[in-house]
Amino acid sequence: MSWFSKTFTSSIGRKLLVAVTGLFLCSFLVVHLVGNLQLFKGDGGASFNIYSHFMATNPIIRTMEIVLLLGFLFHIYEALVLTRRNKSVRPVAYAYNRPQDNSNWSSRNMGLLGTVILVFLIIHLYNFFWRARFGEPNMIPIEGTEYDDLYSVVVQSFHLWWYVLIYVLGQIALGYHLYHGFSSAFHTLGLNHKKYTPAIQKFGAFFSIVVPAGFASMPLYFFIQSFLN
Amino acid sequence: MAGNNPNSKPMNLTLKVWRQKNFQTAGKLETYQIKDISPEMSFLEMMDVLNEDLLLKGIDPVAFDHDCREGICGMCSLYINGRAHGPERGTTTCQLHMRKFSDGDTITIEPWRAGPFPVLKDLCTDRSALDRIQQAGGYISVNTGGVPDANEIPIPKNIADKAFDAATCIQCGACVAACKNGSAMLFTSAKVSQLALLPQGKVERKTRVENMVAQMDKEGFGACTNIGSCAAECPVGISLENIAMLNREYINASFTSENV
Repeated sequence: MSWFSKTFTSSIGRKLLVAVTGLFLCSFLVVHLVGNLQLFKGDGGASFNIYSHFMATNPIIRTMEIVLLLGFLFHIYEALVLTRRNKSVRPVAYAYNRPQDNSNWSSRNMGLLGTVILVFLIIHLYNFFWRARFGEPNMIPIEGTEYDDLYSVVVQSFHLWWYVLIYVLGQIALGYHLYHGFSSAFHTLGLNHKKYTPAIQKFGAFFSIVVPAGFASMPLYFFIQSFLN
Repeated sequence: MAGNNPNSKPMNLTLKVWRQKNFQTAGKLETYQIKDISPEMSFLEMMDVLNEDLLLKGIDPVAFDHDCREGICGMCSLYINGRAHGPERGTTTCQLHMRKFSDGDTITIEPWRAGPFPVLKDLCTDRSALDRIQQAGGYISVNTGGVPDANEIPIPKNIADKAFDAATCIQCGACVAACKNGSAMLFTSAKVSQLALLPQGKVERKTRVENMVAQMDKEGFGACTNIGSCAAECPVGISLENIAMLNREYINASFTSENV
């Protein structure tokens, strides 16, 4: 085996891949959140539709889409390989175990949380990404140009209570996943220092609350608005 | 006196103890009643009393690992009521006292559970996998000859302290036992850090971490997910920082060593 494949199939090498892809996915979350904040602009969806059109047609974004997909695939694949290995280490389970006395729930359930996020992601992609790319949404004229009216797709979807519930649950899972994952990724990269680790941990906690809360605010906003109108 | 049982009254306890004939047979929990246990006893003394009882009844005594009974040798183990080395933090089983329990308690006692630690008999496990990780690289080369002068090589105090803290690992295996993933990374990281921090460890630095991690994987231990239960249960308080250092050392060695 070459030194390269030996490194990246070792326990630490695989952890490293999960950490690097995880942090990359965190950067995607920020971009996605900031872009989608345009839903709140109150201009009938004009800026959101223009933004969606840009995201679907810009060649750099389209290329990054493939990188993003690879990021997800690597993150999931490496985590799956590690989880399978880790599960096989203890063939006879403890009859009586109290892990809650020595560790956080979220840190012990990253696989479960990740699976919930994956299920959410598939539903989410099917509803928005798939429809935007391959479906035929209504067209809407904005300043003389015809755009796909994705804003209306979003607004209508979030009028359904069970759909909003799926989103909120997905974001809660994401929050717990990030709460452990963000600072843990830095630890796996070997970055541990008296000066920086406390700041990374604090930022990780902040990130794990603000980003999912930001995403969850969108379905909740349109759901509440559907009652007001 | 601190603890749950301050009045020194003898206790009656129900013990659920893992009994297993040898490494080839399956085991199961057996229930024993034990009477008049003094709160002043150590946990292992309580086990001795149990065994005297069992011998009188013609039952095979419970096999468990122990040696110094001073908390320094790393020989005792036991997963007590769902915790490695029992409910008290920062102590080995031999330093756990019965005053931490109350009259009428049920105590479940199991061996360390991990594939690389096969149960030999009852509560005894074979922990030589950790020895093999150590042998794969946990050493330094030194010149023979005269005794070097003290402080001949300058080492900053904080570095010496960190190396010493890592060196306090007694290789008991509680980290593996407590870890959801059965990972031996806290152990391996303590050994790697201890030597990587000091000038004497620089000669084999890169090859050491590569070989020790390879051996750790080969023994079948799991991969760390930074849960932290290892450090929380470690009787000598080995810090999780060592695992970050192990990762750092391994990444650095993998990309810069000349071992292809």
